[in-house]
Amino acid sequence: MTASVPARPAKRLRTLQQREERDFWIAILPWFLGLFLFTGGPVIASLVFSFTDWTGLNLSGFIGFKNYRDLLVEDLVFWETVYNTFYYTFGSVLLGTLGALFVALLLNQNLPGTYFLRLIYYLPSIASGVAISILWIWLFNPNVGLVNYLLVKLLPIDAGPAWLSSQTWSKPALILKSTWGIGANMIIILAGLQGVPQSLYEAARIDGANAFDEFRNVTLPMLSPVLFFVIVISTINAFQILTDILVMTQGGPGTSTYMLVYYIYQNAFQYLKMGYASALAWILFTIILALTLLQLWGSRRWVYYEGET
Amino acid sequence: MAQMQDTVDPGAIPVRPVTPWWQRASKRRILNMAIIYLLVLPGAVMFLIPLLWMLSTSLKESRQIFVNPPVWIPNPVVWQNFTDGWSAYLPFNTLFVNSTLITLNNIVGNLFSCCLAAFGFARLRARGRNVLFGLVLATMLLPNEVLIIPQYVLFTKITQFLKPWWDYYTPGGILWMRYLSWLPLMVPPWFGFPFFIFLLRQFFLTIPLDLDEAARLDGASSWRILMQILVPLTKPALATVVIFAFIGNWNNFLMPLIYIRAQKEQVLAVGLNQFRGQFGHVDFHYMMAVSLIVLLPVLLIFFFGQRIFVQGIALTGIKG
Repeated sequence: MTASVPARPAKRLRTLQQREERDFWIAILPWFLGLFLFTGGPVIASLVFSFTDWTGLNLSGFIGFKNYRDLLVEDLVFWETVYNTFYYTFGSVLLGTLGALFVALLLNQNLPGTYFLRLIYYLPSIASGVAISILWIWLFNPNVGLVNYLLVKLLPIDAGPAWLSSQTWSKPALILKSTWGIGANMIIILAGLQGVPQSLYEAARIDGANAFDEFRNVTLPMLSPVLFFVIVISTINAFQILTDILVMTQGGPGTSTYMLVYYIYQNAFQYLKMGYASALAWILFTIILALTLLQLWGSRRWVYYEGET
Repeated sequence: MAQMQDTVDPGAIPVRPVTPWWQRASKRRILNMAIIYLLVLPGAVMFLIPLLWMLSTSLKESRQIFVNPPVWIPNPVVWQNFTDGWSAYLPFNTLFVNSTLITLNNIVGNLFSCCLAAFGFARLRARGRNVLFGLVLATMLLPNEVLIIPQYVLFTKITQFLKPWWDYYTPGGILWMRYLSWLPLMVPPWFGFPFFIFLLRQFFLTIPLDLDEAARLDGASSWRILMQILVPLTKPALATVVIFAFIGNWNNFLMPLIYIRAQKEQVLAVGLNQFRGQFGHVDFHYMMAVSLIVLLPVLLIFFFGQRIFVQGIALTGIKG
């Protein structure tokens, strides 16, 4: 009798723990199944595909690294897409980050109407998709488009570039369109700015710092982790540009807007070269991973984390 | 004192001052404000212009479209462009219904699967939990392109296999899944989406664990804790998921493009692009009118959910 009294709560606790563990597995079950069905399985399948010449219909078997070799050595279009994708990514990340930082710094002041202004700057980043791509086709119209109209008005030039119909200007056009969507980055940077302790600014001011010193020595270091996050995420997103290409340019004119993901799409779903497209997807993944690691490595020089001394 | 006025903590709730700002403000502050407005207002106008131009074009007669200098205020205002563009070319009504059904299904599916998984990862102790959550993070970083091709192969096989059975037993569809070609779009959301799982988990972690413990001692099951404690306390997070899921699915272009073949089964995003392909070079007033209708639900969601975005509520979970 006496022995069973302390044993009962202990046993009950054990079952509670067990019940919690059982509930955990039930709770994550949908995700866990999906992990195997829609992520894990496909990742392995994709890797296997990339070593075959499968077209979705017939398969002659494993061809080793031939897809990768063809891509890297013989496929000139591939190198074109790599160049275009880097061009676009560099431009849109640079303008996107600097633009977002600039607007966020201005809108961080508690002035009348800032809420409304933030709303306006944020709106375009939500309005994405096919409808907006179509809108930009119209805005970039070389003759009667609004972009060229404003350029001719504001700059001392007779005619604007042909934008989407020009091999030179098609990529800048896409970069310009992407800059319209800086709102999401702006909000992230604003959240970061509000996390900078006010005491640091007060201390800087007591030391006689001017606005530029404050920005250089307080805001920028404190904001660097957020900026780093913004740059990494924007790079990954820019690398995967697809809808704009499918709707606005279809890779043209010439091959000036052939981007990596568009080339994957074309190989897989238009030429049905599933094996080749899978190899491309893995090369894309490798590039993105390498870029992210490179940024991570580079960040040690300029990103300041408060936990560190 | 004027200096101190400058440094109101922007994160704090602003206290309404008794004297209006233009009397309190120093000359320096007024100059400051002027510079900021001078920089920020033209930018805001530039950011609004594309959408205003869209509206303007959508209300014009065709002869007012290709003119230079551009006409801002349509004369006459042709509201008919909306009805004509919508009904004359493609069965946009059907596409609208299709988009709505698929989007609603995917929002509910995402909420269901991601809430459950996030609850598990945030509140239920089990062996291997952290390793599994590491997998959630890892899959978040995996680019979609790696998965699309094998998923396409998988779903084509599944739909081929199901087709005779589907045509024989359920020609009208199962519940709201009207066509077999919708299966690849409507099923995966019920199996979780890593970003939403991550977001919701971070929010659940901010709720004190004592609440769970107390409820558990009172005999509440895990499911009651989720539904009656966590869900009511994390409504902003759930709203964030609903809004992101809505926009993502409503705008989804690639998935319907590769999976749906028949016109009557198609969704708005793809229909809009077909419309552009066929009439895009001439009928810009119709194009803009239809695009605006497609964009309208997104704009409405934006205005109703503005606080969640603009005040960064969507970020509060990530920051922690």
